[in-house]
Amino acid sequence: MSLIRHPKDFWAGVLFIALGGGGCLVALAYPMGTAARMGPGYFPRAVGLLLAALGASLVLRALRIQGERLSFPTLKPLIIVLASVLLFGVALSTAGLVLSTVLLVLLASAASHEYRRVESLIAAIALATFVVVAFHYGLDLQIDTFPPALFG
Amino acid sequence: MELLHNLALGLSVAVTLQNLMYCFFGVLLGTLIGVLPGIGPLPTVAMLLPVTYALPPVAALIMLAGIYYGAQYGGSTTAILVNLPGESSSVVTCIDGYQMARRGKAGKALSIVAIGSFIGGTFATVMIAGFAPPLAELALKFGPAEYFSLMVLGLIAAVVLASGSVLKAIGMILAGILLGMIGTDVNSGMMRFTFGIPELSDGVSFVVIAMGLFAFAEIIVNLEHAGSREIFTDRVSGLLIKWREFTEALPAILRGTALGSVLGILPGGGATLSAFAAYTVEKKIAKDASQFGKGDIRGVAAPESANNSGAQASFIPLLTLGIPSNALMALMVGAMTIHNIQPGPQVMTANPQLFWGLVASMWIGNLMLVILNLPMIGMWVKLLKVPYRLLYPAILVFCCIGVYSVNNNVFDVVTTVAFGLLGWIFVKLECEPAPLLLGFVLGPMMEENLRRALLLSRGEPTTFVTRPISATLLFLAVVLLVAVALPMVRSKRTEAFVEQPA
Repeated sequence: MSLIRHPKDFWAGVLFIALGGGGCLVALAYPMGTAARMGPGYFPRAVGLLLAALGASLVLRALRIQGERLSFPTLKPLIIVLASVLLFGVALSTAGLVLSTVLLVLLASAASHEYRRVESLIAAIALATFVVVAFHYGLDLQIDTFPPALFG
Repeated sequence: MELLHNLALGLSVAVTLQNLMYCFFGVLLGTLIGVLPGIGPLPTVAMLLPVTYALPPVAALIMLAGIYYGAQYGGSTTAILVNLPGESSSVVTCIDGYQMARRGKAGKALSIVAIGSFIGGTFATVMIAGFAPPLAELALKFGPAEYFSLMVLGLIAAVVLASGSVLKAIGMILAGILLGMIGTDVNSGMMRFTFGIPELSDGVSFVVIAMGLFAFAEIIVNLEHAGSREIFTDRVSGLLIKWREFTEALPAILRGTALGSVLGILPGGGATLSAFAAYTVEKKIAKDASQFGKGDIRGVAAPESANNSGAQASFIPLLTLGIPSNALMALMVGAMTIHNIQPGPQVMTANPQLFWGLVASMWIGNLMLVILNLPMIGMWVKLLKVPYRLLYPAILVFCCIGVYSVNNNVFDVVTTVAFGLLGWIFVKLECEPAPLLLGFVLGPMMEENLRRALLLSRGEPTTFVTRPISATLLFLAVVLLVAVALPMVRSKRTEAFVEQPA
């Protein structure tokens, strides 16, 4: 890893090359047009190229300049928080607002290093109650409160 | 005279019971999330955007604006009592504010913040009223070439004034512009970057990106760092400040206010930059700077006046030119388009009640903030005791429901997860997400104006430098870029941002 002296810049550069290059490649399928009459492909190609070029210069610079290393203290919060939101999204249309909220709070709470099981259960019930009162009755949000298959 | 007439019109709109209520709700919520570290005005406004759909446009904008400047106010409470910035704009307030609290002067620090913020807010309100009409008149002369150049200048300025690497910030802007192109191309009706997914035909929702990059990523990063916070003072007393202390702080308040008003207007400026600059200036010009860092009242008064006036002044480019100068103003563009209001110079002529009502409500909101913050300080202190392990699941719940309710669409919730992951990667790579959001909002406008400008000039790119206003704007952008590239300025800049955590 001694070749990459500035890992943060290096990987940011790689990300920009991937985004810009990828965007540019996809945009090749759209008509280019001329400067006076631009097609839908003109602007994305230009921006994508610019982004990729900038990424490349970041990568090259990262080989010369020294920088801090990347740090990943723990991946637990990342996985649990994103998984809990995903669960909420997937569950919402079949399980309804109350169950989805309880699931979200219960799972997400486990991401904290101060996790307490009973407390998170109480928090889940309290939040679910609040959400139903505020969003279903207060703001008239169009979500099923309980599983529509059972109570539809 | 016309100014007074306009302000009277604004007041008559702002003091209706409904608007007073939404203004109060906005500043209350702003103070609340300002006090709480870990949630800022950006995700809050994003969360409430769909809710405002049901409100009349004036009430919606009054409330959302209240959240922004209310948060500047609440952030200082946390800075003084816990030595943690409740908001990024309160970073410098921690330095002297917490030291004042340690010396038993927490009450005085909170009072001077209230007075300073009120003066700053009042001045900025008057300035918007005075400056906006001539600026809007100038903006009416703008053609597509001028608008394109203005947006280039705005984006460059955002890069130069932001903290961290310039190259990465430019990359983030370009990435944002690219993301903004997802959806149907307005000119040809062609689908771009939708990959056959029908939910993407209207583009990615702004709320999805803001929630993922800001709210989710921030929660994840906060959870990675173990440790709980402790509150310094249990009881805050001695709010009264002596006349001598007031006269000592007043010049600092006025300087901070002036600086915030100027830096707030600049593209890329806003509350955080203003507070930082004000503290630096105070320290430089003070005859006796030995007390700075040890609880100097000027070190609290100047940045807190500046962040309030800066927050409000950043509405000027939005309301007159239709160009958001920071990520939060970009959200306000979203709020205005939800209500079919095209931000720009025509707002003032087409919707005078909306424009002047919003301006007047800012002053009323500042008045409410003084009342909210001083006598009710005990309540905010209690709030600070709510542990983070209970707070973040609640934030997640509100974010998820907020995202869902934009389009009543589960697809959006799932997309937010992807942006949460991307946001986490950005934090790890030290890429600031704010420029991306700005690029995302300005991107489609830039493409549109570039197309029109080149259509008018028959494909001749010199149109951007032969038109005087456009040439001036581009020249300023180049000057800014060169200034950052110069090594001397660069070292100064790193120094200026060294105390500011990402």
